[in-house]
Amino acid sequence: MAAGVAAWLPFARAAAIGWMPVANCPMPLAPADKSKRQDELIVLNVSGRRFQTWRTTLERYPDTLLGSTEKEFFFNEDTKEYFFDRDPEVFRCVLNFYRTGKLHYPRYECISAYDEELAFYGILPEIIGDCCYEEYKDRKRENAERLMDDNDSENNQESMPSLSFRQTMWRAFENPHTSTLALVFYYVTGFFIAVSVITNVVETVPCGTVPGSKELPCGERYSVAFFCLDTACVMIFTVEYLLRLFAAPSRYRFIRSVMSIIDVVAIMPYYIGLVMTNNEDVSGAFVTLRVFRVFRIFKFSRHSQGLRILGYTLKSCASELGFLLFSLTMAIIIFATVMFYAEKGSSASKFTSIPASFWYTIVTMTTLGYGDMVPKTIAGKIFGSICSLSGVLVIALPVPVIVSNFSRIYHQNQRADKRRAQKKARLARIRVAKTGSSNAYLHSKRNGLLTEALELMGTPEEEHMGKTTSLIESQHHHLLHCLEKTTGLSYLVDDPLLSVRTSTIKNHEFIDEQMFEQNCMESSMQNYPSTRSPSLSSHPGLTTTCCSRRSKKTTHLPNSNLPATRLRSMQELSTIHIQGSEQPSLTTRPLPTTSNESQGIQGKQKSNATNDSRSSLNLKADDGLRPNCKTSQITTAIISIPTPPALTPEGESRPAPASPGPNTNIPSIASNVVKVSAL
Amino acid sequence: LSLWSDEWPLRSATPTPSPLVPDKIEDELEMTMVCHRPEGLEQLEAQTNFTKRELQVLYRGFKNECPSGVVNEETFKQIYAQFFPHGDASMYAHYLFHAFDTTQTGSVKFEDFVTALSILLRGTVHEKLRWTFNLYDINKDGYINKEEMMDIVKAIYDMMGKYTYPVLKEDTPRQHVDVFFQKMDKNKDGIVTLDEFLESCQEDDNIMRSLQLFQNVM
Repeated sequence: MAAGVAAWLPFARAAAIGWMPVANCPMPLAPADKSKRQDELIVLNVSGRRFQTWRTTLERYPDTLLGSTEKEFFFNEDTKEYFFDRDPEVFRCVLNFYRTGKLHYPRYECISAYDEELAFYGILPEIIGDCCYEEYKDRKRENAERLMDDNDSENNQESMPSLSFRQTMWRAFENPHTSTLALVFYYVTGFFIAVSVITNVVETVPCGTVPGSKELPCGERYSVAFFCLDTACVMIFTVEYLLRLFAAPSRYRFIRSVMSIIDVVAIMPYYIGLVMTNNEDVSGAFVTLRVFRVFRIFKFSRHSQGLRILGYTLKSCASELGFLLFSLTMAIIIFATVMFYAEKGSSASKFTSIPASFWYTIVTMTTLGYGDMVPKTIAGKIFGSICSLSGVLVIALPVPVIVSNFSRIYHQNQRADKRRAQKKARLARIRVAKTGSSNAYLHSKRNGLLTEALELMGTPEEEHMGKTTSLIESQHHHLLHCLEKTTGLSYLVDDPLLSVRTSTIKNHEFIDEQMFEQNCMESSMQNYPSTRSPSLSSHPGLTTTCCSRRSKKTTHLPNSNLPATRLRSMQELSTIHIQGSEQPSLTTRPLPTTSNESQGIQGKQKSNATNDSRSSLNLKADDGLRPNCKTSQITTAIISIPTPPALTPEGESRPAPASPGPNTNIPSIASNVVKVSAL
Repeated sequence: LSLWSDEWPLRSATPTPSPLVPDKIEDELEMTMVCHRPEGLEQLEAQTNFTKRELQVLYRGFKNECPSGVVNEETFKQIYAQFFPHGDASMYAHYLFHAFDTTQTGSVKFEDFVTALSILLRGTVHEKLRWTFNLYDINKDGYINKEEMMDIVKAIYDMMGKYTYPVLKEDTPRQHVDVFFQKMDKNKDGIVTLDEFLESCQEDDNIMRSLQLFQNVM
């Protein structure tokens, strides 16, 4: 429940009067408001800057420094104010969080300073509002990368004895700077690539005449030398390729990678030439194959970062380039057609067909103007000039658009991907908050039951029982309890620690999903498993049978019959995510504050990814209709195994095994409590 | 690249919003432009059963969620839904909103809000019962019939959500309504009038006691 809405709790409770005439059983008592204290202003002095706020504002978040009694450590008796020797700028954000319920991240603030302040005030960074969350995550990631880079450059000097020979080789190939041998290899291959390329080029240069024959290219004059050079290069490349293949972590993936394809294409012609005989028919084809030797120049991309970036740029800009090509093609066709028909009348016109005019159009539009084809008619000249003018426009316009589009789309894509990844985490956070609040309700209900028990027994130790819930929380829980009483149903939520099952035909309370599953499995299998086995839980029909058996009617899962059409709203989100929630109660385990926390949540929810991945708020109802029996983090052990037919509506209570409390006879008290309150 | 698109509006990938959300930006702007200031504190104190301090606390909470000074149905629903994280409180909130919005203008001002709260929290039993009758009487014709009661009860059950123990059977709401009518409908004519309602509720001890439950909420 958001803190700001706490002020509306009186309204929600007043609205509950609408349920009263409908209810068939008496309502639970309201929690007493023991504090008669009026709301007071407290002064927070942060490094000299005084902030003032209501005490209740701070108490909205009791598990932070300012909301709990921890702030008393900072109370200054002389000035009757709370003094914090911290940054007042960040404190402004922190205090706004209490006021509005949203934590913002100021852009000018250093990320590590901000994190430190949040840690000091006991606020988890995960609750940063959506408006600032992206920015925060970006900065955090940059910072983490920077730290990692620093660490890497430190670690580079260290030796890692645990790497196998294969791994060292791969590392040497990928990072030539790791060892001298790798560097030598790197330069040697680079040299041979250059030699190979130059040989290919020089091969074709006419080399002077041998007396008695016509001018030969160098390749044919010094064919032996060139052949030796080629052989040497190809041998080096082959050895390199085989070594890389051996060292690759995943050979299959290596073979499919672009670089290895280039390698293969570069050396293939040589081997094919070796294999093939000096046959007249195939030598023509063989000559064509030698063209592929030019691909050796692409091997330089391993040596040049810039080439790789260029390649990636082109790949990511493909749609823009495609558009440019398309618009150019359209213009070419239009103008070629026009020019053809304009020049049709002229005699000895070079514009013999429309495809022939393509050449003219391209040359004109790119402002090359070779002059091999020129229009002779007046109409042709007019359209030719229009063509060249428009060429400038058609080419000049999209290029800057492409350039800017490229940078914009590139960044946008990155942001969209990030947002999509963060959306999952965001929804997980929402769900965690929702289950947290209901878990808190269950938790406090258990405590409340125990407190009542102790009150009845007259023990003075009731003060020791969990008074961790604030008044607002207890009032909220009372409200939910009233709703349960009115409808005669009880909530199901995840709570690995909660195993109190107090159910009678009249009093149905909020219980946990684990109990629900257990009920299902009990009725169908007559045993009480204390751990979940995945095979059991993977039966979607399990709940169907158990419910039908329990109610002794052949109704299929009644949940699916709820008027789902009415539930198209934000609240749909919460009901659907209940089923997949595997989070342990927030009250029992604090979330880690690392930046990988969101990924951690994502990881935990991976098994329910199909349920959660419909991340739009208007979810389809069919996802939520199958209560998911998968829970993987239940740590509760049930102490007592009840008799199997305990699932009849007149069920017994089960003692709470793990409830906090100093008394050892609490379980029996709990069972007594239930019977008392079952009136 | 919308250069090439003509009049056909592109169908966005996001699902259509709920019809209660204003589709046009203009409507939204209009709503937020409306800024309402409540009457003076003394006047409100005289009209309601709250003290000045209580009115201050109430107004601060109200203004926090609705800076424009009025709350529309959507905001109302969202606020109410926050108290029921696992169920769907929208239908009940809808009926509540119409019970609060006595003038049926579509927005609830602070005065209306505080007047209703005053009745619910500090009013006499008679007033509370009358307010509840008004809530149940969806079409405000002065009678509660079974359909209206079904809607209300269904809305209450919706707030529990889908995962309950025992699972909600299809005819539970109907049974609940039948029990209600058995109790309330004295002359068995299928509708409950205000007098029948008042009489039946005053006869029931449970109801009387539960009406006093939230007496000192504030």
